[in-house]
Amino acid sequence: MSVAPEDASVHRALGLSDEEYDLIYELLERHPNHLELAMYSVMWSEHCSYKSSKIHLKRLPTEAPWVLVGPGENAGVIDVGDDIAVAIRIESHNHPSAIEPYQGAATGVGGILRDIFTMGARPIAVMDPLRFGPLDDPRSRWIAEGVVSGVSGYGNSVGVPTVGGELVFDETYKGNPLVNVLAMGVLPSERLVLGQASGIGNLAILLGASTGRDGIGGVSVLASAGFDENSDDRDKRPSVQVGDPFEEKRLLEACLELLDEGLVSGIQDLGGAGITCATSETASRGGAGMDVDVSAIHSREEGMEPFELMTSESQERMLAIVEPQYLDRVLEISAQWEITASVIGRVTGNGQLRILDGFDGEVLAELPASTLHDDAPEYDRPIARPDDLDQRRLADASQGPVDCVENLLALVCDPSWVYRQYDHQLFLNTVVGPGSDGTLLRLRHPTSGNETGRGLALSTDGNHRWCYVDPYEGTKMVVAEAVMNISCVGAYPLAVVNCLNFGNPEHPEVMWQLSEAVDGMSEACLAFNAPVVGGNVSLYNETNSVDIAPTPVVGVIGMHPTLSEAPPHIGLPPDALLLLLGQEPGPNVSMGGSRWAWEIGGCKDGSLPAFDLEQAVRTAAFVAESVQKRRLEAVHDVGEGGVAVAAAEMAIDTGVGAQLDSYDNHISMFNESGGRVLVVVSNDGLEEFLEEAANKNVTAKVIGRTGGSLLEFGPAVKVPLDVLTAASFNQLPEALGQGTVSA
Amino acid sequence: MHFEVKIEVSPRDGIANPEGSTIERALPALGFEMTGNVRVGKVIRLQVEAESADAAQSLVEDMCNRFLTNPVIEDALVEVLAT
Amino acid sequence: MSHRVGVVRFPGTNCEFDTIDAIRALGGDAEVLWHGDPSLKNVDAVVIPGGFAHGDYLRCGAIARFSPVMESVAAFALNGGPVLGICNGFQVLTEAGLLPGALQKNIGMKFLCSMQQIEVVSTGNVLGKGSTVGDCIKIPINHFEGNYVCPPEALAELEARQQIVFRYTDNPNGSTRDIAGICNESGNVVGMMPHPERATSLLLGSTDGTALIRSFLAA
Repeated sequence: MSVAPEDASVHRALGLSDEEYDLIYELLERHPNHLELAMYSVMWSEHCSYKSSKIHLKRLPTEAPWVLVGPGENAGVIDVGDDIAVAIRIESHNHPSAIEPYQGAATGVGGILRDIFTMGARPIAVMDPLRFGPLDDPRSRWIAEGVVSGVSGYGNSVGVPTVGGELVFDETYKGNPLVNVLAMGVLPSERLVLGQASGIGNLAILLGASTGRDGIGGVSVLASAGFDENSDDRDKRPSVQVGDPFEEKRLLEACLELLDEGLVSGIQDLGGAGITCATSETASRGGAGMDVDVSAIHSREEGMEPFELMTSESQERMLAIVEPQYLDRVLEISAQWEITASVIGRVTGNGQLRILDGFDGEVLAELPASTLHDDAPEYDRPIARPDDLDQRRLADASQGPVDCVENLLALVCDPSWVYRQYDHQLFLNTVVGPGSDGTLLRLRHPTSGNETGRGLALSTDGNHRWCYVDPYEGTKMVVAEAVMNISCVGAYPLAVVNCLNFGNPEHPEVMWQLSEAVDGMSEACLAFNAPVVGGNVSLYNETNSVDIAPTPVVGVIGMHPTLSEAPPHIGLPPDALLLLLGQEPGPNVSMGGSRWAWEIGGCKDGSLPAFDLEQAVRTAAFVAESVQKRRLEAVHDVGEGGVAVAAAEMAIDTGVGAQLDSYDNHISMFNESGGRVLVVVSNDGLEEFLEEAANKNVTAKVIGRTGGSLLEFGPAVKVPLDVLTAASFNQLPEALGQGTVSA
Repeated sequence: MHFEVKIEVSPRDGIANPEGSTIERALPALGFEMTGNVRVGKVIRLQVEAESADAAQSLVEDMCNRFLTNPVIEDALVEVLAT
Repeated sequence: MSHRVGVVRFPGTNCEFDTIDAIRALGGDAEVLWHGDPSLKNVDAVVIPGGFAHGDYLRCGAIARFSPVMESVAAFALNGGPVLGICNGFQVLTEAGLLPGALQKNIGMKFLCSMQQIEVVSTGNVLGKGSTVGDCIKIPINHFEGNYVCPPEALAELEARQQIVFRYTDNPNGSTRDIAGICNESGNVVGMMPHPERATSLLLGSTDGTALIRSFLAA
């Protein structure tokens, strides 16, 4: 029997269930007041507490000797040698971007950057995996254009290069785009700071933008509710946060200066759940408590209520824990960077988070700080394998309107329309930028600037088609694809971050997808020896109760151990041999989950091609080594669209054609069997290369010759390169030039 | 006295206006073929303390010339509103 | 080279350390000049680097030109001191009246970051030593407001006095007469939208900016 009050409208409106109310009652041993309820509601939201996914995330491998900070902190941190540590994190901003694309994406970038500099790291790279509805849908075009502008407008201005990402258009994201953002930063290893408050009497200083009503309840309303086309988005609009990249830039510089001078003992960004989250997390991580004076919070609007001040998601704010003797210097640095700084809290020893109106004033709320997250409910939600799954897997996905030339032209799409809008060169580290397989950055020491002679590689990947057909095998292939991408720029994997974009967790099929994806990811990460160091779960991605296809996105970071010259490009050189590395799937390979089957064949079911993870591990290592040893003249991962699209991208890059004699039908051209890479080896290096591949137990086979102005698959399929190039480059500008509609 | 001032900043005649041209190109796609000559500027509102409306006017015009607009590309129309 | 270069840092500037790195790699010495400090610290040359000074709110460079350091930079320029404005720095120099014209939004209404080919049009300026008129070089651009405009009379003067320093060979942003960079009448103040500091390493794709920076260090 619930103890919840008769009138349950308040806690239910705040998104708390009756059972959750009972739990709060138990923890406090009394009824909570409205402010306390609001604080629990934001902290126990799906977005902040991971209450539906936590139980599954525990199965991911998270440890390795080089992991300094694993999941649970603001960002994962790994040791990359030469006294340098790297902080990395990925996050979603899906629902805010569906409502206001520009600001949704902009604040997504802002939020993830704060997660990085919270760890004491200077952010040096952003990646943006983006997924939108189809290009023929005007609203999806409006969202795509706004999101790209938002990433560009905020990222460029705040001064962090956007060095890569993904761009996917599919019906499943119509109404619910996926806007994921990854950020990476570097710090001197000895300066790692954790978001914790300790030392009784230390001060909690709120730095940055003033607190307004933006994003009040945003965590609950925006991050945890699906969209219904019939509902009026305007109802949700007051919750939209607006980003100010100039404020963020000054805040970033000021915080890094505070950290350089050793003035803070803990620091925490304000993201979802605002001051409530930052104060309770820092206090409970440090095993302390905190008194918070709401009247000291610098606010943007008159007459803000305590619950508004405590849960506002106003952007560009940080909370620093400072010993009192450093206060003056902290205020001085803040003033130099024109940053507002207010002492809003004091660290106490009793583990209680008290919200006060004036430090000696009325107590507005009092609760054990740790209960806000450590005691958040954890759900083992029902899981159900879809009843019709076996039936669906029997479908033959190889049928459809086959015209290999037309099919190929429909599947090539150059993304430079997007990445030309991003500053991808700032900081002079970008050796391989967006538009290739993996991104490769020079690794330099963050304070001395000294070169290490090594490089950091990044790739983000997801594939909703594979994961819809088979979330377990599909996720394994996604991880392998990401690793293969960084191997193409000569890097070995070090760690993985993940962004798990799924539908409504109250649907048992969705929980099954999530569980399968986590298991597939675990298996692949173990095989590649790349632990998961951080992640984000985005649930309730649905429109009109239809869940999106499961879309786990992974970001892989890797190391190029000997970076002295740029790795080979994807472009084909003339008069050379084209080789395929990795398993050859055979003529009867399944087309299930391929882009061809979904977009041309019209079949979303079937089964995935058999995937040999161990061979993929060997292939990735062999490719990375071959790049490092300069054995390759060109290299490109085979991903969506199969060998034909990969070969087309290589041909378009340099305007050199190729002949692939045995790839003469849509199955061999477009199947998406995993773990394959196309490489070009010079004629005189071939024998040695094949020998080396055989030694490493990697399948390698010559599949074509380069040259000419045609891309030819067998004797019948011939595509002039100028036609192919035009199709690829015109797709985005033509579609996005057609106008957009906002509602 | 206290004056509300509205400053309309617009691109000077003859200066290309990419914002306006872009909107102009987009409108026909939405069925608004009848539009033309779209120009995008901006509006700045501020409060000013001055002896009179005329004084407020000249104060703000000075602001415009020195800071709020770039006379190479922009014109400003200053409107002093009710106190 | 004994040259000491001051690189101005406004709040919102983001290319200051890239610029310093590039200068140091070419044998020069460089240090930051904080915008709020009018002292130029006796440097031999000044760079106003790229970024978003003061957020580029209102107009690019509009607020930056009133920073205390800019009065000193103007006096330095009038005395013939070498001044280079890159990207946002070019915008600041036009706002400050040290170079004619203005930069407005790209014709395509999109931010553009890409490698661009530019042609050297004149060499009678602090970047010109080491280049020949007609040289085509590859240097990245990175801007939203790089579309150069100026009144026809001023344009005629620029042409007549050989103040156009660089032109794009494939105009990316609608800039008048393909202008990518200009200088003042005496050639000691240059503003350009492309980023020469981003073209100083083969590993990163181009070394075509080194000749320009070397020339500036020797000025």
